[in-house]
Amino acid sequence: MSSSESSLKDSIAIRTDNLCRYYQMGEALIRAVDGISVQVSSGEFVALLGTSGSGKSSLLNLIAGLDRPTSGTVVVQENDLSKFSREELAKYRLHTVGMVFQSFNLIPSMTLLENVELPLRFAEVDRGKREALAVQALGRVGLSARLRHRPTELSGGEQQRASLARALINQPRFLLADEPTGNLDSQTGTEIMNFIREFNETLGMTIIMVTHERTLAERYASRMIFLADGKLIGDQSNALSATAGQTRGGGL
Amino acid sequence: MKTYDMAELAVRNLRESILRNSLTTVGISVGVASLVAMLSLGIGLQQLAGRRLEKSGLFDTVVVTSRRELRGFNRDQEENGPAPAESPTLNEDARQKIAQLPSVLEAYPDIRFITELRYDEKPYLTMMAGLPFSAKNNDAFDGMQGSFFSSDTASEVILQKSFAAQLLGKTPKAGADESSVADLAKPLLGKQLTMRYAERTATSAAAADTNQSAGTAYSVVSHEATLKIVGVCDLDPDSMRGQARARVFLPLKLAQNLHVMQPSDLRDTTNMAGGSPAYTTVEVHVKSPTQVQTVEDAIKKMGFNTFSIVDATRSLRQFFAVLDLFLGIFGSLALAVASIGIINTLVMAILERRREIGIMKAIGASDGDVKGLFFAEAGVMGVFGGFVGVALGWTIGRVINLGTNLYLKRLHFPPEQIWFVPWWLVIGAIVFAIVVSLLSGLYPASRAARLDPVQALRYE
Repeated sequence: MSSSESSLKDSIAIRTDNLCRYYQMGEALIRAVDGISVQVSSGEFVALLGTSGSGKSSLLNLIAGLDRPTSGTVVVQENDLSKFSREELAKYRLHTVGMVFQSFNLIPSMTLLENVELPLRFAEVDRGKREALAVQALGRVGLSARLRHRPTELSGGEQQRASLARALINQPRFLLADEPTGNLDSQTGTEIMNFIREFNETLGMTIIMVTHERTLAERYASRMIFLADGKLIGDQSNALSATAGQTRGGGL
Repeated sequence: MKTYDMAELAVRNLRESILRNSLTTVGISVGVASLVAMLSLGIGLQQLAGRRLEKSGLFDTVVVTSRRELRGFNRDQEENGPAPAESPTLNEDARQKIAQLPSVLEAYPDIRFITELRYDEKPYLTMMAGLPFSAKNNDAFDGMQGSFFSSDTASEVILQKSFAAQLLGKTPKAGADESSVADLAKPLLGKQLTMRYAERTATSAAAADTNQSAGTAYSVVSHEATLKIVGVCDLDPDSMRGQARARVFLPLKLAQNLHVMQPSDLRDTTNMAGGSPAYTTVEVHVKSPTQVQTVEDAIKKMGFNTFSIVDATRSLRQFFAVLDLFLGIFGSLALAVASIGIINTLVMAILERRREIGIMKAIGASDGDVKGLFFAEAGVMGVFGGFVGVALGWTIGRVINLGTNLYLKRLHFPPEQIWFVPWWLVIGAIVFAIVVSLLSGLYPASRAARLDPVQALRYE
């Protein structure tokens, strides 16, 4: 476990160079992301911290390939996203990254099974395999009894678990989470965080999580990046993280 | 995304807002239905007119007259022809020659005479005419009561409705409903009429003296014949004859065999050979209206006058082409309105499903997937709209047809098929509906595909 994992961990998975994203809002120019250069190694659990409007979600969207930078580059696994066509970006979102949102973003008209199956449809996976994979993914997050339910019939925690299953269905290398516990009470939030930690530890997924709760970041993340007004104002390894202490001690 | 998955997802999405999408589909259906109904009625009317014209025999008939005939058509215009006195006689030989011309179906003499008929001991003076056996298919006999002649020489007659009424002593009252042909026929069918007529017989002297201008002499003998009434016709088979039209018809061969004195016989005494009399008029039936002109030219070359109504068919076809075009345009307008309905529905769907589109893009849907999905939704509505529309249009056409026939029945006309849906119209209408729907989906689909996922996922 240790030798292969450590080589993966040391390789740089995501790199941003002087990344900028500006919005024009009427007269004003909003510098949501303003010259951020950061590197994330494979297998890291990174928390992006900052107040609302600090640009953490914008940074996450750029890494997710949902948005394109005004200037600067995002390089993921040696691929420059800015050189990707729209089609290639869609493929990247489909296969390389999985996303989880604060508001779950499940499609309300579809059952959990259909929601989780949807990325498989886009990936053109055979009909026969799709359902089995989706059932398996939902089983992993403890929703085997809720396959035919619609999102609105479920609690927030259950919905977020379903969206985790959906994010994982195409076996991406990266999980990008935007305030995944923001709409949940602390107990269900912990439940979700434990799942994310499990993915990081057992599947070796690289996690980038946006949050404004420092305590949450300190408890789970191996590294904390602080943003304010679109700029990087701090970057520290997290010695307090239980996981970091146990499994990543060598990496620090 | 695979096409099948796309279609499945599209149907699934359409079912989510079933009311709105059904209404849109109904819109397409109404468009297609009006298109189909209008075109099927146009085509049906055209076919009806075609059938009528064919059966009426008006447009494939050439009327041939001798130039000697004083009543002959265009007598003065035939400047290059021989003088009337020198032109050939329209006799049995000439008739046979005409009958052998290419594209001629048959040529038969027009035999008509005024005679006295006795029915129920009362005399009636009327015009009688010989009918060839081929007239059986004439549309004038569509509403006939009884039957057509059993053979070409049977001693049978068919009465025109007004004459039947006269025989029964029913004089039509002004404003009153015409009595139905069935009521008139009931007491008359199978009854006997006695016809008194003047037979033209070659004298024995003429028969003996064969070398010298045979048949120049003949005598007229009064005769009687008994005829059975077999039919009463509703319409007038002889309507184009105007003043000279007959009200009682007998088989043509029988009429010829009776050698009834013809009005023209008195004038053309010199030509009255006993066996082969000259005819006033010969009617020629041509295979199709398009060949009438050639036949006419050929007969004119033989030295006879001809008459036909040929140009009327062309202008009629032109009229129907224009009618079809206009009906089609009105139908298409309805479909255009329906396509605006599709655009509206899909654009509304984009607004409503912004978030859903954003989610799909965030989890890996390409522009093509989103575009394809909306396109497929438009296509599915088109397919349903097309099929339902054709069924609806077919039903509307049928109902109009039924209504028209009820109306015709009230007016004592025979039923008619005024509506016709050819298979190409069915397929064409469905394809048209799908194409129009897809075209309508083009703009909404590309708009959905261009949607910025970050914007779409932003909190309201």
